[in-house]
Amino acid sequence: MASAKIPDNESSKATLIASINGRPLYMDAQATTPLDPRVLDAMLPYLTSFYGNPHSRTHAYGWESEKAVEDARKEVADLIGADPKEIIFTSGATECNNIAVKGVARFYGENKKHVITTQTEHKCVLDSCRVLENEGFTVTYLPVNSNGLISMENLEKAIRKDTALVSIMSVNNEIGVIQPIEEIGKLCRSKKVFFHTDAAQAVGKIPLDVNKMNIDLMSISGHKLYGPKGVGALYVRRRPRVRLEPIQSGGGQERGLRSGTVPTPLIVGLGAACKLALSEMEYDHAWMKKLSERLLSKITSNLEDVVRNGDPVHSYPGCINLSFAYVEGESLLVALKDVALSSGSACTSASLEPSYVLRAIGADEDLAHSSIRFGFGRFTTMEEVDYTAERCIKHVKRLRDMSPLWEMVQEGIDLKSIKWSQH
Amino acid sequence: MAGRPSKMSVLKLYKTMLREASRFPAYNFRMYCLRRTRDGFRMNKALSDPSAITKVYNEGQSFLEVIKRQAVIYSLFKTKNLVIENDKFLCQHLPLGCRLV
Repeated sequence: MASAKIPDNESSKATLIASINGRPLYMDAQATTPLDPRVLDAMLPYLTSFYGNPHSRTHAYGWESEKAVEDARKEVADLIGADPKEIIFTSGATECNNIAVKGVARFYGENKKHVITTQTEHKCVLDSCRVLENEGFTVTYLPVNSNGLISMENLEKAIRKDTALVSIMSVNNEIGVIQPIEEIGKLCRSKKVFFHTDAAQAVGKIPLDVNKMNIDLMSISGHKLYGPKGVGALYVRRRPRVRLEPIQSGGGQERGLRSGTVPTPLIVGLGAACKLALSEMEYDHAWMKKLSERLLSKITSNLEDVVRNGDPVHSYPGCINLSFAYVEGESLLVALKDVALSSGSACTSASLEPSYVLRAIGADEDLAHSSIRFGFGRFTTMEEVDYTAERCIKHVKRLRDMSPLWEMVQEGIDLKSIKWSQH
Repeated sequence: MAGRPSKMSVLKLYKTMLREASRFPAYNFRMYCLRRTRDGFRMNKALSDPSAITKVYNEGQSFLEVIKRQAVIYSLFKTKNLVIENDKFLCQHLPLGCRLV
């Protein structure tokens, strides 16, 4: 609680109100999640007393660190139904995606020169594909339907004899839609094509099983599931064996696929986060659902012309992407300065360009410009959602009242019919 | 293995957890620990198998230890309050209808 006493006279009350502008609420869980205190609790011993190199085989310092790393490997594997030997620790999902996409394509590149991905993937998958294109590979960027989901027919048609890899994300980071991973896995297995999924936003949030879903490679990020930043894990199937060309050369750690000393404290944190995610998934998911229903019902009952981007059913409830027609997204973000929100991916939040994900689902330019992503997490409270919804409604109304476009729409003018004279 | 925890010790654990959780310095974790504790005890209310009761009791005990240790760490690295906490504080102390803008 604020320690200051509330003064009696009016003018000093006003100064006090102006001076107390606390920290904004956090509503950007897709960018990163806070470290769970239970995770930090598991990590701290390895940041203090147990500092051995897990690869040191000659003394107890090494052994205790190695045991911690191997325990964490099992915890990660358990969450996705894998074998611990199939888990490779990396620095994060971006590195995982690079190793998976470039590694598989390059290893099989002599006979197979084709890779399939979607237009709504994360930048690091798309950029890895661009690199492959420069190396002589052909890449198919599958379009998505207006609900953000891929069409299985299109995917089947796109698979060729020389397709090495299909890379499709599980949960989209901007609109939260869940792709039909199980069907994609089945199709890829039947066509003998490797299937990689970027599951950074999905692991620990929705149930995933690499065997049931026929996933051959999977990228996991630590800081999206209440773990530490700077650590991730790549699942690489052993049976049938997926081979890949490592990107980083060195001491041959992590089955030779990712050389470099593994960061014990971070890995212990990732393991603890995965263990927690497994036991808390159902509980957390129910809470996300409650929060998102509250936000949606508050906003839609108080505001008209609000469009939800992405499929409302096949989506993760902790990520809600809304477009407020006739309101510029950036001005709304500025107005909502006491809530930490984003209009899309954190990587591109510096630019004013509308998101390519929203363009890919066919959102009109003006609607793509007016989108806001609400991201909830395990630690979001109902009060915070109420506060956010209230502020959002208030500022959308205020901005619309100032907007000449909104005025014209209220007068019944169809904006699309207007021929703007200056171009 | 000790026998199953008595009704008294379960109740004591519940009260201690709520008390320690309510003292957690950071708003979001404080609210989460309170909610998780209440829901956890409610979910396991109907358990009758002694070994299952012992298991969840021990889990509660270790969660309590984490809350206590982490509360110390968080109190060492305090931040400003969240807007929502300040807002609530002012609402309680300012005349009716007065809100932060």
